[in-house]
Amino acid sequence: MGSIIKISGPVVIAEGMSDAKMYDVVKVGNPKLTGEIIGFEGDKATIQVYEETAGIGPGEPVESTNMQLSVELGPGIMGQIYDGIQRPLEVLNAMSGCFMARGIDAPSIDKKKKWDFVPLAKKGDSVSQGQIIGTVKETELIEHRIMVPPGISGKLLLISEGKHTVEETIAVIETSSGKKEISMLQRWPVRKGRPYKERLAPNAPLVTGQRIIDTFFPIAKGGVAAIPGGFGTGKTITQHQLAKWADAQVVVYVGCGERGNEMTEVLEEFPHLKDPRSGRPLMERTVLIANTSNMPFAAREASIYTGITIAEYYRDMGYSVALMGDSTSRWAEALREISARLEEMPGEEGYPAYLPSRIAAFYERAGRVISLSGIEGSLSAIGAVSPPGGDLSEPVSQGTLKVVKAFWALDTALAYRRHFPAINWLTSYSLYLDAVSGYWKKFGEDWRELRAKAMALLQKESELQEIVRLVGVESLSINDRILLETARSLREDFLYQNAYHEVDTYASERKQYGMLKIILDLHEARMKMAFEGQPAKDILMMKVTADIAKMRLVPEKEMESKFLAIEKEIRERKSSPGGM
Amino acid sequence: MAASVAKEYKTVSSVSGPLLVVEKVSGATYGEIVEIIHQGETRRGKVLEVNRDRALVQVFEGTSGIDLPKTRVRFMGKGIELPVSEDILGRIFDGFGTPIDGKPAIIPDKSLDINGSPINPYSRDYPLDFIQTGISSIDGLNTLIRGQKLPIFSGAGLPHPQIAAQIAKYAKVRDGSQFAIVFAAMGITFEEANFFIQSFKDSGAIEHSVMFINLADDPAIERIATPRMALTAAEYLAFEKEMHVLVIMSDMTNYCEALREIAAARKEVPGRRGYPGYMYTDLATIYERAGRIHGKKGSITQLPILTMPDDDITHPIPDLTGYITEGQILLSRPLHRSGVYPPIDVLPSLSRLKDRGIGKGKTREDHSDVLNQLYAAYASGKEARDLAAILGETALSPLDLNFLKFAAAFEKKFVSQGAEEDRTIEQTLDIGWELLSMLPEEELKRVKPENIAKYHPAHMQNKK
Ligand SMILES: Nc1ncnc2c1ncn2[C@@H]1O[C@H](COP(=O)(O)OP(=O)(O)O)[C@@H](O)[C@H]1O
Ligand SMILES: [Mg+2]
Repeated sequence: MGSIIKISGPVVIAEGMSDAKMYDVVKVGNPKLTGEIIGFEGDKATIQVYEETAGIGPGEPVESTNMQLSVELGPGIMGQIYDGIQRPLEVLNAMSGCFMARGIDAPSIDKKKKWDFVPLAKKGDSVSQGQIIGTVKETELIEHRIMVPPGISGKLLLISEGKHTVEETIAVIETSSGKKEISMLQRWPVRKGRPYKERLAPNAPLVTGQRIIDTFFPIAKGGVAAIPGGFGTGKTITQHQLAKWADAQVVVYVGCGERGNEMTEVLEEFPHLKDPRSGRPLMERTVLIANTSNMPFAAREASIYTGITIAEYYRDMGYSVALMGDSTSRWAEALREISARLEEMPGEEGYPAYLPSRIAAFYERAGRVISLSGIEGSLSAIGAVSPPGGDLSEPVSQGTLKVVKAFWALDTALAYRRHFPAINWLTSYSLYLDAVSGYWKKFGEDWRELRAKAMALLQKESELQEIVRLVGVESLSINDRILLETARSLREDFLYQNAYHEVDTYASERKQYGMLKIILDLHEARMKMAFEGQPAKDILMMKVTADIAKMRLVPEKEMESKFLAIEKEIRERKSSPGGM
Repeated sequence: MAASVAKEYKTVSSVSGPLLVVEKVSGATYGEIVEIIHQGETRRGKVLEVNRDRALVQVFEGTSGIDLPKTRVRFMGKGIELPVSEDILGRIFDGFGTPIDGKPAIIPDKSLDINGSPINPYSRDYPLDFIQTGISSIDGLNTLIRGQKLPIFSGAGLPHPQIAAQIAKYAKVRDGSQFAIVFAAMGITFEEANFFIQSFKDSGAIEHSVMFINLADDPAIERIATPRMALTAAEYLAFEKEMHVLVIMSDMTNYCEALREIAAARKEVPGRRGYPGYMYTDLATIYERAGRIHGKKGSITQLPILTMPDDDITHPIPDLTGYITEGQILLSRPLHRSGVYPPIDVLPSLSRLKDRGIGKGKTREDHSDVLNQLYAAYASGKEARDLAAILGETALSPLDLNFLKFAAAFEKKFVSQGAEEDRTIEQTLDIGWELLSMLPEEELKRVKPENIAKYHPAHMQNKK
């Protein structure tokens, strides 16, 4: 046991620590605050403390747990809300009330609950690390697949069907170094990625139900995306939308240094919202990590690692997992703060020089893989970025831009005009188009061409708008005026999507394709009318535009018939009576 | 806390800026409060760092005049505390919790650490209920919700003190539950402080208020404690005495400048525009103390006020505030110049929590429709105004002209109101309808037909 010699905010130095190792979790001072060793000099350890350090002083004891900062993995994680170091917030609330007390500890996973373990392997089988040897029904949605912990392989001497707590032995394996008892509980150090067999290139979209994302700037399963924007531009709402509607089987949502009320919103809403594919409450597939802005910032630094380790664990079971981090900037700021307390040499804007490599290493843990058990799983990561003043030239945005492949640039001007999601269609991009095109062909052979055409029209619109500003719309050719009309319709009737509207909040692939097709078909029809020399008034003022404006609000069930009717109207080219 | 008995030392070894180093100290703890006694005068300070038996102390009132051998430093063995009881209502304190209203010190129920503890995110309840401020552009379009933090972004010379006083006077919850105001002034002038105190007294608001006043010439560092004093009082009233508490804090810009001053004195590596890198986290420990808690009747709502340096919303103070708070109310210099009071620019203003706190059973069933329609029509009106400024009014279509007139009337009748005028939400919505009736009915696309039938003035007359 060592003793404290120095305290400066969350950084504590203790001497007499020669028994401890780098990255060990330690209990600091009389209140036994949780900390992690982040540096050594002789027998002096530098400790990052995950709780408020006020009131502790030199001479107080520091004790190592001889364990690295790890998460507990096993049945019982799903549906939980944890803080940044995986303390269960519901249990803490029951133990110490509505304000976070210090020095309290509670098991991350319920150790008393019994789960019905169903073996998939039998005595005498030879099993290897990562292999799935049985299952447990964790929630209605999630079958928890129990895997042989990494590093263990051999012959199954025993496997025990039936009700067990997570700590009870469910299997015994004869390894080259003796018998190993296996329970349903594993630990894994959060700062180290979990192993897998092989990494694969992404080949399917993570369908989010958000039109501008799925159709324009898709993210693939196993892909990485960033969503940067100033305050109030829609980072959190977009992340919530993805957590609600993305076709991932498991969602890990990390609230990193943001608002408490936003976590409450998820906690209150998700048990009532139904997953559009399974019809089950969303909470059955969701894990929440909440280290809000007023909670100790050292734990904020750890929170995204806690989140991604849990995500990897479910990936290893063969699930498609999506992780949202809101906001990675707050994580980077915590890193900066700790670096400053360690008196490291500050780099750009005070961030440590290793910031870019830490950002890259985090996103690198996403991917589509063949797990050790031989089945495919994926982990998609979507990080919000909060640049000061909305200016993307700062280090966190720049470090993120270098590694992500889908980039959804939120735009303050669009948010100000209440165009939501305020994702700028001219500056955003996705490098997953090739990866997802095959999937979209199922909905329409020409998906990729339609998308390209829509993008080109919007690009042209921004050029034409310059001219219109100078000389007015009247001076444009009829073709250009048609183009402006189509671009307006793309923006208002397709890209605009109200997260709060019960129908509009989610659009299926079929609906997205159908809407885009209709808007572009009308464009073609108008171009033909112009070629035939019909009057501008008839071309620009068509009755069908009113129905097109309402497409977003058409429930999926009525979509087929409504969209067919619109297509028919476009063919009939009715202009609106009396014009506008 | 390790020690609760005060220990005294005469071992100050160096002084620099507001910092003292005290040697051969035993049992000092991080963050504890100290008293520095010098020639019969007592100053206060806080332990910033302890290294073996050396303590680095920050002196709130500064170190001028302190000479080493004569100075005694007393370690108090605890953090800064505020003594509380229900008798704090009606009282005025300085920024450090000492009464300045000439009345005796309160007899405390208990003493609370002013830093509080973070609310467990699991324990929160989502804010859902309306607070009526009496100001149409807030209640109607940027509704304040119990448990919300909604700042006012102002600029130098704009009438935010008047608005704050008006809200303090008229703000109420309409279900009859107990309501209190905690007012924290940071770095304001003596005159401004007098204005607030007088206005609280004149309106009688003082009866259900607690005031903490830190003046511009009070120690800057005391300013760091002031909002925490106020929020500690608020937490006591809200979560132990079941009151709905509105905390008004002005001016957060002075607070942030004090934070910068201290960081500079500690020779920390400065962040953006000289403000410390941890300012976001520091502000969050203030703003996140707003909220509702599961199983508790009371709530804390915050209305922080800040002046944007150079009217620049990207300045770190409004920027970091906006990243934490749940929306913002923006004051506009052009509106102020054209005589509109309160000069609230509704377009860039936003209450993020309004949607679930308005409507039937909360305010009125047509609220959401009226809000969206007024917003959209005013936006169209402002666009028409911009267009008219370039091309002249003659270039406008009849519809655009209509919107142009609407925008002017909206600013005059809806946004403008007297400093003594307390509008109910019904009055606010009715003014909204009166203005909307200036527009052709088919332009009211955001209003449900049943609300038009029920509330549109033209239809109401038909009914009579
Ligand atoms: N898709 C959307 N649909 C409707 N409103 C939205 C949408 N996205 C954002 N908003 C509006 O913008 C506000 C701010 O969004 P939020 O995600 O909280 O911003 P950020 O996290 O970037 O600060 C929300 O309160 C909401 O009013
Ligand atoms: Mg956000």
